[in-house]
Amino acid sequence: MTLSLAPLPGRGARRLRRASRKAVLNLLGLLVALFALFPVLWMISTAFKPATEIYSLTPHPVPLHPTLANFKAVISGSVIGMPYWNFLRNSLLVTLVAVAVSSLISLLAAIALGRFRFRFRTTYLVMLLIVQLLPQQALVIALFIDFRSLSLLDSLVGLIAVYIAFAVPVTIWMLRNFAAAVPRQLEEAAAIDGAGAWTIFWRIMLPMVAPGLVATSVFAFIFAYNEFVFALTFLGTDTAKYTLPLYVQYFYGQNSTNWGAIMASSTLFTIPVLAFFVLIQRRLGSGLVAGAVKG
Amino acid sequence: MLLPATAVIGALILWPSVQVGLFSFQNYGLMQIIGAQPTQWVGFGNYTQILHDPEFWLSLKISVLFAVVVVPLTLIVGTCVGLLLSRLGRKMATFVSTAALLAWATPAVSASVIFAWLVDPDGGVVDWALSKLPSWLGGGAHWVGFSWTNAPLPAYTVLTVMLIWTGFPFIAVTVLAGLRTLPSELHEAARVDGASPWRSFWKVTFPLLKPIFLVLLLLSTIWDFGVFTQAYIITGDLGNRDEYNLGLYEYSRAFTQPPAYGIASAVAFILTIILLIVTVGYVRAAIKQGAIA
Repeated sequence: MTLSLAPLPGRGARRLRRASRKAVLNLLGLLVALFALFPVLWMISTAFKPATEIYSLTPHPVPLHPTLANFKAVISGSVIGMPYWNFLRNSLLVTLVAVAVSSLISLLAAIALGRFRFRFRTTYLVMLLIVQLLPQQALVIALFIDFRSLSLLDSLVGLIAVYIAFAVPVTIWMLRNFAAAVPRQLEEAAAIDGAGAWTIFWRIMLPMVAPGLVATSVFAFIFAYNEFVFALTFLGTDTAKYTLPLYVQYFYGQNSTNWGAIMASSTLFTIPVLAFFVLIQRRLGSGLVAGAVKG
Repeated sequence: MLLPATAVIGALILWPSVQVGLFSFQNYGLMQIIGAQPTQWVGFGNYTQILHDPEFWLSLKISVLFAVVVVPLTLIVGTCVGLLLSRLGRKMATFVSTAALLAWATPAVSASVIFAWLVDPDGGVVDWALSKLPSWLGGGAHWVGFSWTNAPLPAYTVLTVMLIWTGFPFIAVTVLAGLRTLPSELHEAARVDGASPWRSFWKVTFPLLKPIFLVLLLLSTIWDFGVFTQAYIITGDLGNRDEYNLGLYEYSRAFTQPPAYGIASAVAFILTIILLIVTVGYVRAAIKQGAIA
C-alpha cells in the first residue's frame, strides 16, 4: 500500500501548488474588480439610503432601509426646481443628432480614405490623429468668441455642431478600415448590373460597414453624452438647456450636502451609459482597443 | 466625399486653433468682445505678462508634477492587471475586465462627484476607513473630518487615485491584447531556462511590447497633463486659485471676471504646444506601428 502510493505525494503537492496559485490569482482578480466597481456601487448604494444612514457614524455598504425618496426628489425636480426629464431630453437630443450626423459625414470620408489613394492622403490621416488630441479647454476660448458673435451661445445647436466636429475625426479613423475591407468586386458587380453611385452606397457599402458604424457610434455617443467643458462654457447660466453632465455638476454645487439626492442624480446619469456599455461590450470585443491603438 | 468632414473639422477645430494663436497676440478682453473698443495687436505682451505671473508657474508645476506621478502609476497598475488577466481563467478574466471597463466608461462628471462624496469630511467613507486603520498604518482619529479638497496636495491625491481608477482599464485591456499576439513558445522557453516571472517580463514581454507601451505612455501623458473636468469639479469650480493646473488657470483667465481672452489664449497656446510636442511623438510611434496605411 504505502509503496504503491509513494509517487503520489509529488503529484499531489504539484496539484496543490497549482490550485493555491490559481486561488491567489483569483483573489487578486476579485480585488481588482472590487477596486474598479467600488465607487459605482457606493454611488448606487448611497442613492438608495435615507439621510439618517448616509450620515451615520458607521457607513454600511448596503442600505438597511432602502428608499426611493432620493430618486423621487430628483425626478420630480423638487430639489433643484426642474425635473430630471428636462435634462435627459436635452442630452438625448444633442447626443442622437450629433451621433447621426457625424456617422454620416464620417462614413463618406472613411470610404474616400479607405478606397482611394490620393495626394495628401497621409497628411490627412495625420491631421485626423492630431486633431483628436488637441486640448478642448484651449479651443473653447475661440469657439466661445465665435459662437457669441453668431448667437449660438445658450443654444443646443452650437453644442451639437461642436460635438459633430469632435466626433468626426475619431469616427473616420476607426471606420476607414471597415470601409477598406469591403471587397471591390461587390461594387463592380453592382455597377455592371447598372447600379448608380447612390445605390452602391446605400445597398452595398452601408450594409457592409454597418457593424463598424455600430462600434464607432458608441464612441461618438459616449463622447457627446459625457462632454462637460463645451456645455459648461456655452450654456452658461441657462439651466433649462443644461445637458445631464452639467446638470449633475450643478446639482452637486447647489446641494453640496444632500448626498443622497446628488448620488441619485449621478446614478440616473451614469447607469444608462454603463448598461449600454455592458450590452455592446461583447460585440465590440477587441476592436475597442485595436481602433484606439493600432488604427 | 471628404468635403463635409473637412469643412466641419476646419471650421470648428482647425480655424479656432489658429484663432487662439491670433488672440494670444491681441488685447482681447471684455471691452473687445462687447465691441466697445477695437482689438489691438500687443505683440508678445500677453506672454511676458503670464511669464511674470507666479500663478502661471504654479499651475504649470502642478500639471507637470501630476503627469509625472499619475502616468507611471497608471501604466504600472494597468500593466499588472493586464498580466493578471492573461493568467486568469476565461470566466474570471471576463468578469474582471468587464468590471474594469465599467470604471473606464464611467463619465468624468460622475466619477468626480462620486469621489467628492467618498472623501467628504462629513460622512465620506474614506475618512471613516482611515480613522479605523491601526495607527502603524497611518490611521487614527485625526482623519475624522479631514478635508481633502481645501489644499493642493490632498486634492491632487484624490485626483491621482481617481485618474488611476479611470485610466488603468484601458492600459490593462491594451496590454492584454498585446500579450495575446506574442507566441507562447517564448515564455515557455524562458521558463524552461529557469527565468523568474519578473525576469521573463523584462527580458521577453517588455521588449516585444515596447511599441504598445510607448503609445500608452504618450496617450496617458496627453490625457493626464490636460485633465480638466475632474480637476475642475474636485478643486471646487475654480474657487481655489492655488489648486489650478495649467488648464484651470487658462480657463479661469478667460471665463472669470474680468475676462482676459488674449492672456488666456496665450496660456492655451503654450498648453497646446506642450501637448503637440508629445503628440508628435505619438504620431511617429503610430506611423512606426503601421497605423497610418
